[in-house]
Amino acid sequence: MTDSKYFTTTKKGEIFELKAELNSDKKEKKKEAVKKVIASMTVGKDVSALFPDVVNCMQTDNLELKKLVYLYLMNYAKSQPDMAIMAVNTFVKDCEDLNPLIRALAVRTMGCIRVDKITEYLCEPLRKCLKDEDPYVRKTAAVCVAKLHDINAQLVEDQGFLDTLKDLISDSNPMVVANAVAALSEIAESHPNSNLLDLNPQTINKLLTALNECTEWGQIFILDCLASYLPRDDRESQSICERVTPRLSHANSAVVLSAVKVLMKFMEMLPKDLDYYGTLLKKLAPPLVTLLSAEPELQYVALRNINLIVQKRPEILKHEMKVFFVKYNDPIYVKLEKLDIMIRLASQANIAQVLAELKEYATEVDVDFVRKAVRAIGRCAIKVEQSAERCVSTLLDLIQTKVNYVVQEAIVVIKDIFRKYPNKYESVIATLCENLDSLDEPEARAAMIWIVGEYAERIDNADELLESFLEGFHDESTQVQLQLLTAIVKLFLKKPTETQELVQQVLSLATQDSDNPDLRDRGYIYWRLLSTDPVAAKEVVLAEKPLISEETDLIEPTLLEELICHIGTLASVYHKPPSAFVEGSRGVQHKRLPPRAGSPDVGQSGPSEAPPAVIPSQGDLLGDLLNLDLAPPTATVPSVQPSMQMGAMDLLGGGLDSLVCSSPAASHFATNVISGLGDLFDLGGGVGMPTGSYVAPKTVWLLAMKAKGLEISGTFARRGGIIQMDLSLTNKAMSVMTDFAIQFNRNSFGLAPAGPLQVLTPLSPNQTIDVSLPLSTSGPVMKMEPLNNLQVAVKNNIDVFYFSCQYPLSLLFVEDGKMDRQVFLATWKDIPNDNEAQFQIKDIHLNSDVASNKLQGSNIFTIAKRTVEGQDMLYQSVKLTNGIWVLAEMRIQTGNPNYTLSIKCRAPEVCPFVYQCYELVLKN
Amino acid sequence: MIGGLFIYNHKGEVLISRVYRDDIGRNAVDAFRVNVIHARQQVRSPVTNIARTSFFHVKRSNIWLAAVTKQNVNAAMVFEFLYKMCDVMTAYFGKISEENIKNNFVLIYELLDEILDFGYPQNSETGALKTFITQQGIKGQHQTKEEQSQITSQVTGQIGWRREGIKYRRNELFLDVLESVNLLMSPQGQVLSAHVSGRVVMKSYLSGMPECKFGMNDKIVIDKQGKGGTTDEPGKSELGGSGKQSIAIDDCTFHQCVRLSKFDSERSISFIPPDGEYELMRYRTTKDIILPFRVIPLVREVGRTKLEVKVVIKSNFKPSLLAQKIEVRIPTPLNTSGVQVICMKGKAKYKASENAIVWKIKRMAGMKESQISAEIELLPTNDKKKWARPPISMKFQVPFAPSGLKVRYLKVFESKLNYSDHDVIKWVRYIGRSGIYETRC
Repeated sequence: MTDSKYFTTTKKGEIFELKAELNSDKKEKKKEAVKKVIASMTVGKDVSALFPDVVNCMQTDNLELKKLVYLYLMNYAKSQPDMAIMAVNTFVKDCEDLNPLIRALAVRTMGCIRVDKITEYLCEPLRKCLKDEDPYVRKTAAVCVAKLHDINAQLVEDQGFLDTLKDLISDSNPMVVANAVAALSEIAESHPNSNLLDLNPQTINKLLTALNECTEWGQIFILDCLASYLPRDDRESQSICERVTPRLSHANSAVVLSAVKVLMKFMEMLPKDLDYYGTLLKKLAPPLVTLLSAEPELQYVALRNINLIVQKRPEILKHEMKVFFVKYNDPIYVKLEKLDIMIRLASQANIAQVLAELKEYATEVDVDFVRKAVRAIGRCAIKVEQSAERCVSTLLDLIQTKVNYVVQEAIVVIKDIFRKYPNKYESVIATLCENLDSLDEPEARAAMIWIVGEYAERIDNADELLESFLEGFHDESTQVQLQLLTAIVKLFLKKPTETQELVQQVLSLATQDSDNPDLRDRGYIYWRLLSTDPVAAKEVVLAEKPLISEETDLIEPTLLEELICHIGTLASVYHKPPSAFVEGSRGVQHKRLPPRAGSPDVGQSGPSEAPPAVIPSQGDLLGDLLNLDLAPPTATVPSVQPSMQMGAMDLLGGGLDSLVCSSPAASHFATNVISGLGDLFDLGGGVGMPTGSYVAPKTVWLLAMKAKGLEISGTFARRGGIIQMDLSLTNKAMSVMTDFAIQFNRNSFGLAPAGPLQVLTPLSPNQTIDVSLPLSTSGPVMKMEPLNNLQVAVKNNIDVFYFSCQYPLSLLFVEDGKMDRQVFLATWKDIPNDNEAQFQIKDIHLNSDVASNKLQGSNIFTIAKRTVEGQDMLYQSVKLTNGIWVLAEMRIQTGNPNYTLSIKCRAPEVCPFVYQCYELVLKN
Repeated sequence: MIGGLFIYNHKGEVLISRVYRDDIGRNAVDAFRVNVIHARQQVRSPVTNIARTSFFHVKRSNIWLAAVTKQNVNAAMVFEFLYKMCDVMTAYFGKISEENIKNNFVLIYELLDEILDFGYPQNSETGALKTFITQQGIKGQHQTKEEQSQITSQVTGQIGWRREGIKYRRNELFLDVLESVNLLMSPQGQVLSAHVSGRVVMKSYLSGMPECKFGMNDKIVIDKQGKGGTTDEPGKSELGGSGKQSIAIDDCTFHQCVRLSKFDSERSISFIPPDGEYELMRYRTTKDIILPFRVIPLVREVGRTKLEVKVVIKSNFKPSLLAQKIEVRIPTPLNTSGVQVICMKGKAKYKASENAIVWKIKRMAGMKESQISAEIELLPTNDKKKWARPPISMKFQVPFAPSGLKVRYLKVFESKLNYSDHDVIKWVRYIGRSGIYETRC
C-alpha cells in the first residue's frame, strides 16, 4: 500500500465524497479518508469545511488515526474555535490514559491548539502531567508550559506553572531537565527582567551534571542557557570551563559551537597570565578546524562564527591558515567565507602562501569570488608591508589577463595601495592608463579618475584623460561625477595654466546642469574657493589624506562582543544583533561579555557601559559641544578647576565616547572637542599636585604616520616619590586599536614600567586616551647616549612601534636628597676639581628664597645659604635614584638676572643634565 | 526555535508542511518557493532571510528540506537537525525521493510530531524511535505496561540509543576504519595542504548492555604508557603497514554514547554501543600522512591550438598491497576539439561532456609507476579569458589507513550476562579512500 495516491485526487466535489467517507462505518475507509484530508491540507487546499466530520473520528483506539486527527486539529482549530471545543473531552480523557505515550500525545497536541476556551481546560491536565510518574510525559509537559505561555502568559503565571517548571530543573531525568531549561529560557526571553532562570552555583551545578547525560539536543539547550550565566569570579568561571571543554569532542557541531560560545564568554573573566587560560586557547583551535569537515551548510555557519572569533581572539587560529584554503568543489558561499578569514589571518609569516593561493583563485570562474580574491590581494598589500611589492606585481599580471572585471577590481585596490604607500608604486600608472577604455563600473572608473587626479603632475596627458571622461558626464553615476569634479580641480591646482578651460567646464556642468544637490554643492564650494582664495583651495583639495586602515570590514567592537554572546545562532550567521531581524520583544535584550579580568571596576569595562542618562538632552549637548569648540584648547585655560566640575567633565567625556562609537557621522565633529577635553582635564590634574614639581607639557613622541595611525605624546612627572610617564594615545586610523602593551629598552638609570599599560577599553578611531604609567628604577641598566635617552616599544593589536624620548633628570631626584652640612663640606673637598662644571642660567628674575623653594619642589635641596658681598651663595645637594650625589653651588647677584651654577659630582657626565633641570625648573 | 518544517520537490511543490509556531503563516511556504527554489540566480547561502523570516535549507537529490523561523535560533542546531531528519527518514524508508516521501507522508508527520516539539528537537535516535513509531500504529494498544515504560525510559533516558534485553547467540562486532585522504599539491610537487579525515564505524551485535573500551595508537596515550612502563599491549606492530608506532590526532569527535568527560580526563574511549551500525568516532590528522599516490603533471601549450599533457602517477606504499579503483581526471579546456591519448596501463577516455580525460586503472601494486600522455587539439577562440586550469584530481582505494591509525583493542565487558571479552568475535578492517586529492597543473 502506498500513500502517494492521496495526493492525486483533484476531482470536483471532492469535499462531498470525503465527507461521506469520513462518516463511513468502516474503520479502514475512515482512515483512508483522513489521510486524503491531510494530503489536501499539505498541498494547501482548504479542507476546513470537514472539521466536524474529522473531529468525529477522534474517538478511536487506532493511534495512527488519532495522530492524523490531531494534526488536522492543530491546523484548523483556530478557524473553528466553537467546534474545537468538541475535542476537549477526548483530550482530557487521553491525559488520563494508562499508556504514557498517549498521555504525552494529548498534552503535546492540546498545547498546540491556540483557542482560549481549550486552554482553560488544559490547565488541570497539564498540572498533573508536570508531576507524572513517567519522564516522557514530564518532558513533554515542560515544553507545553512554554506553548501555553506563548498563548496566555498571564494564565501561566497565575496557575503557578513557572514554579513547577523551575522545580523540573532538579528532575532526576536529564531530558526533563533539558526541556525545562529550554522552556524557561524561552519564557525568560520575553520577560527580560523577570530573573526567571535565577541561575546560581547550585543550579549551574545541576545543569552541568545533566549536560553529561542528556541527548545531543538537550546539551545544546543547556549550553545555550549556561552562556547567559555570569560567574561570580574567575575561579567559578574556570571550573565551569573545565566541565564544558569535553563537549568540544562531540560529534554534533551545534554542541561544539555552543560549548565554544560558553568558553569564549567565560574566558573573558580569566586572568591572562593564568596557565589555564593558555591551555584553553589551545583547546579551542582543533574543534573549530574540525567543523570545517562537516557538511557544507554547517561549514558555512561555522565559518561565519570563526570570522567573529578571529576578530575577537586572533591568537586562537593564527597557525591554521591552511585549513581555510579554498577547495575547488566548495560551494560558493563556503568559498567566499573562507576567503574572508584568510585575509584576516594573513600575516608576515604566511603571506607568501596566501598570495600564491589568492593568485590561483583569481583565475576561477565565479565572478564574485574572483573579485573578492583580487580585492584580497590588495588588502594583503596594505596589511603586510613586506608583501606590497609582490602584491602589486601580481595585480599587474592580473590586469594583463584583460578579463574585464578582474581589471576593474584590480584598479580599485591599486588606488588604496597608492594611498597607503605614497611615492612607491606610481610607476605602474602607465599600465593602468592603458585600460581606461575597458572600465565600465562606477567604482573602477571613480578609482581610475582619482588616480589620474592625484598624480596629475606625473601623467603627461592627464588633462586629455580627464576630458575624455567629461564627455558623458551626465550619464555617469554620482560617485564618478563627484570624483571627476575633484580630480579636475586637483589637476587645475597642479597645472593651472593649461587646464583653465577644463575646470570651468566641469564646474559649470556640476553646478548648472546637474540636479544632484551633493554634486552641485561641491561644485559651488570649489568654485568659490578657487575664485576667492586659491591658496586655501589648495589646502583643502590637496590636503593630506587620513591613513588608510589595514583591516577592513571589521565589526564594531560593541557589536562584536554582542555577537560573541550569540555564537552558533542566526545572529552570528547574519553578523547582526537579534533585534535587527527578530520581531517583537524576543531577543531584543543586548547580551554582553562579562567584564574583562583585571579591570578594576565592573562599571567601566567597555565604552558601551557609560550610562546613557549622563548624556544631556540632544539640544544641551549640542550647545555644550559648540561652546567647548569655541574656547581654544590651548594651555592657558583656567588654572585651577574645582574638582566637582572635573568629575562632570569626565562623565561627559565617557558620554561623548559612546556617542562617537554609535554614530560615525558625529565622530569628526566630536574629535576636536574630545581632545580639547583631554587637555583641560590633564591640566587640572597637573596643577592640583601639591608638591608643585615641574611637569613639562606633552610632546609628540610617535607620529601617526609612522605608527599606522597611532599617535603618542607624553611627558614625565615625579609625583609624591613615584615616577610616572603620562601618555596620550590617539587613534588616527580608521580601525579600533586594542591590546596595548609597553616595554623599555635598557637605559642609563634602569627605568622600567612598574605595571602594565592600563588601556582597558579599545581605542576607537579619533579617540584619545590618557594613561599614567608608573615607572620603577629597578630595570636593567645600560648607558645610553645621551644619558637620559629612553627607547620605548609600544605594541597594539596592529603592530609594534618604537620611539625614543628623553626624560628630565629631575625625575630621578629622590626625596631624601638633603645632605648633612658636614658631609657636604667633606664631599665637596673630596671631589677633584676636574669634576666641577660651571654653567650660566640666564634671565631669571627670582630672589634666592623663591628660587630655593622652587628647586626644593623638584627635590633639589638647599643646605646652606651665605651672603658675601651682595651675592647669595646657595649650597645644594641632589641624590639620584641610583645613589649618585650631586653637589651644587649657585651664585645669585642681586640685580643680575644671570645665575652662576657650579656642579660637582663623582660622575661628571650627569652634570649637564642636572643643569638642564635647574634651568627648566627655574624658568617655569 | 524552529517555527515550521517544509519539504518540497524539485518543482517547488510542497510535499510535507508542518508548522510548530504561530508566527509562521501559510505564506512562508510560498515565500521560500518563490525566492529560493525558483530564484533565477544560483543559491548564494543556505540561510535566507525573506521579510524577517529565516529559512534554512538542505538539499537531498531533488528534494528540498527547509526549516523556518522568526527567532534567533541556534543555526548550527537547525542544520544538524535537518541532517538528522534525513538520516531518520532514510532509516525508515530508504532513499529520500519524491516518491518515497509521498508514500510515507503519514509516517513523516508522525515522526515530525515526535522529534520536534514546539520546534525543540527531541530524541531522534532511530534505534529508540523504531520501538514506538511503527507503520502499524495500533501496536501501542497491545503493549504491556512494562513495555511502555521501557520505551519511555529509553526515549528519555541516559542511554537513549540502546534498548534493554538485546540477545544474540553469537556476539560479534565489526570495526571499520574508513579514512579519506585529502591533498592539495602544487605543480612542483610541494604539499600545500594534506589531511586525513577518518571515521571509525562499528557494527555491534552484542547481547545485553555491554560496556566497551576502545584503544588505538593515539600518541598521547602511547607516550603516557611509555613513561609509566606499562606496555601491556605486546602486539603493537602486529598489523604492520608502516613502521609508525603512534600517530598524533589533531582532533576527534565522538558519537553521543562515548563518555566525553572520561575522554577529556583520561583520554580513554569507553561507551555502551548502540545496537547495529553507527559511527563511533571521527578524527582528523595532519602529521606524517602516507600519501598513497603522487601525481606529476606536465602541461605544455604548443601554440594557441594545441596542448600536450603528460601525467605520471607513482604509488607509494608496500609492494604487497594493492590499490583499487584508481581514476585520474585530467581537465581539458572548453574549446577542446580533439584528444589523442596514450597510456601504458588501464583505460583512458576523453569525455567531452565533462571536459576531462578520465583514466581508469583497476588495480595497482605499491611502489609502481604509470604514465599517460595526451595531445589536445583546441579550437581557436577569441575569448580573452584564460583557461582556469582546474587541478588534476584522483580517486582510489587502498587497504590501509593513510593516517597510520591502528586499532589496538576493543574490549567488551558485560557483567550481567555470562560472556566475556574472549567470546566476542571481532573484525577489524582498514580502508583508505581519496577525499579531495588534487594536484595543480
